[in-house]
Amino acid sequence: MASTTGETLAAAEPIADGRTEEGEEEQVVNPWEVSAKGGKIDYDKLVDKFGCQRLDESLIQRFERITGRRAHVFLRRGLFFAHRDLSDILDAYERGEKFYLYTGRGPSSESLHLGHLVPFMFTKYLQDVFKVPLVIQLTDDEKCMWKGLSVEESERLARENAKDIIACGFDIERTFIFADFSYMSPPIYKNIVRIANCVTGNKIVGIFGLTLEDYGGKFFFPYIQAAPSFPSSFPHIFSGKYSKLRCLIPCAIDQDPYFRMTRDVAPRLSYHKPALIESKFFPALQGESGKMSASDPNSAIYVTDSLKDIKNKVNRYAFSGGQDTIEKQRKFGANLEVDVPVKYLNFFLDDDAELLSIKEKYGSGAMLTGEVKARLIEVLSEIVERHQRARAAVTEEMVDAFMAVRPLPRMFG
Amino acid sequence: MAFTKDQLLARLQELKIEFLSCDHPAVMTVEEQAKYVGHLGGALSKNLFLKDKKHRLYIISALANTKVDLKILSQRLGLGKGGLRMAPEEALPEILHVALGSVTPFALINESARSVSLLLDKGFKSQRYCLFHPLTNEVTIALTPSDFDKFLLSIGREPAYVDLEDCPVVGKDNPPDLAYLVPAEALNLPGGADKVPPTSAPAQTNATLEQKTKQPTQKPKEPSKEQKQKSGKDKPQINADAVADSTNVEKFVEKVLEKVSNVFISELSKQSNAEDGNIKDHMLEGVKQRVSFDLLSMTMTLKNSVYTQGFHAGIESTLYPLANRKIVERK
Repeated sequence: MASTTGETLAAAEPIADGRTEEGEEEQVVNPWEVSAKGGKIDYDKLVDKFGCQRLDESLIQRFERITGRRAHVFLRRGLFFAHRDLSDILDAYERGEKFYLYTGRGPSSESLHLGHLVPFMFTKYLQDVFKVPLVIQLTDDEKCMWKGLSVEESERLARENAKDIIACGFDIERTFIFADFSYMSPPIYKNIVRIANCVTGNKIVGIFGLTLEDYGGKFFFPYIQAAPSFPSSFPHIFSGKYSKLRCLIPCAIDQDPYFRMTRDVAPRLSYHKPALIESKFFPALQGESGKMSASDPNSAIYVTDSLKDIKNKVNRYAFSGGQDTIEKQRKFGANLEVDVPVKYLNFFLDDDAELLSIKEKYGSGAMLTGEVKARLIEVLSEIVERHQRARAAVTEEMVDAFMAVRPLPRMFG
Repeated sequence: MAFTKDQLLARLQELKIEFLSCDHPAVMTVEEQAKYVGHLGGALSKNLFLKDKKHRLYIISALANTKVDLKILSQRLGLGKGGLRMAPEEALPEILHVALGSVTPFALINESARSVSLLLDKGFKSQRYCLFHPLTNEVTIALTPSDFDKFLLSIGREPAYVDLEDCPVVGKDNPPDLAYLVPAEALNLPGGADKVPPTSAPAQTNATLEQKTKQPTQKPKEPSKEQKQKSGKDKPQINADAVADSTNVEKFVEKVLEKVSNVFISELSKQSNAEDGNIKDHMLEGVKQRVSFDLLSMTMTLKNSVYTQGFHAGIESTLYPLANRKIVERK
């Protein structure tokens, strides 16, 4: 059903867990579950179903033209692959109209893996090339509601996660990090209620698949995740001429439902619809069967992993597309479609030429699985090491400063 | 994004600048213009749009009856004897966003004209009104010299008044007295190259680097004038840009890498011969690429840490007077 504002919420309101009308379970993509029959997510189907758009080559070139530099590796290699209204943001930016970035994290665990860092690494790139401010929402309340964590534990996790987020290299001059529990205040609460007044329980059920058995907070939470899309939620940052600033939300595609709802509401509150730039899911070490899971330590590389851990995990658990024996490998080459190390290199190896060479050699059999894995270990180690160094330098005071409700006078550089 | 006449006039109104405006048919010369606006009792201006051999641009705005000798001005600017020519026609719409016959200091409101130097006839200062085209030669506006200065300051320009008829002898003992007005940046005149996105992470081109480094010029005659590379730019503007530059992590890393590379290259050159030039460059690029990610991360950490310290110092210094407030010591 198209909404009154003309936004296509896909052919039919996607039933929360992706079941088709016949009740057949194909693939399930929502903020709490990602899985697919046969293991591989069909992103084309997903984009169709959700009603967002693919990020094509021409948009990437536009990025390069406008920002004056090479597009981020995640864009070039198609990790960030879909969007809503990104062209509008770019059009406006070319006219001199700024925007702000909004992203977030649900702090459900202390241990973060590389998959968690992906949206933050990309957001940092966006912040750097466009020189725009960023707000980061830590949804400690959400984790309290969904994971049954105590309020205090959620708050603690939020602060811990904030440190890893800061270690991604955000610029304190133009970044505001906030946790729902501590930031709840008149400006944002008023927006939450305004949004709540636009979206019925039925709609929430339709989008998020909740039932009357679920606790009421879960019905209310989507409004809380929507509110930071509106600049008036942050009057200490966006006031005066910035009170109607456009918003761009980098996120993983499973967050799309929240923001479809938000986009529907925006015009009714006289705001620009937030634009989205969405990523695929980072493949787990064992292969394309869904998201990396924080509960399975061998499914991902964690930011706390030692170099030895990384080596071990990649060598033992990274699903290889190579042949069983060296002879076979030399003869037939590897199956690049399913090879996880190559997929990882696709996203983390910045050098296009080197990647191409590896793919050619590995695919033809000139290169062995061990060699590809060794290169991957190098690349990942560098990233993790850099992150750990930066993380070690994040103090409680620094977290306080990032989270302080303060103006950002130089937010546009 | 070219400014239109209406936008300019709106800006003048915002600045609370009073002006008289007079519409007339398009005029291409001062004599023609005088026929329509002579009655306003102000000083008509003649405006020349010039360029030098290094493609730097100038607007010379003079009273109609001031003698402007380009050869002498060229020497006074330190450009040699025949250094000043009329700017190419294409530069008018491209840089100043005005049509032929409409050259005016007001064109400097455009961002594209930020490197154009402005020389003003000191004779304007004693006039009651100065007459200029407001971006079109179908209108003339009259405003007081002090309001004109106000406008210039609002676009970040410090008005540079010059005795245009003065002809000092420029030589070994007499350095060019107007050299300080030569722009730092040469502009890519129409048809200039696009910025090609570079392949490594710190993507600023060398052009931005040059803007920051101060090149020594000869001392100007007026000792009170600071040695400014950006001609005509107001002090507050420089400070704002300087702060932006000095807190910019990418520019910082770029400069560090540049410095190290230069030293590295020169040290290498001492060891091996010049033919290895390509290899050296290649190696250097490789080194820069590998090092830049780490350098960027470390520098951002430094920046954030320093901000944090300042922030807390600020907070605590305002809390301090409250004697009962316990300042919590964190580990």
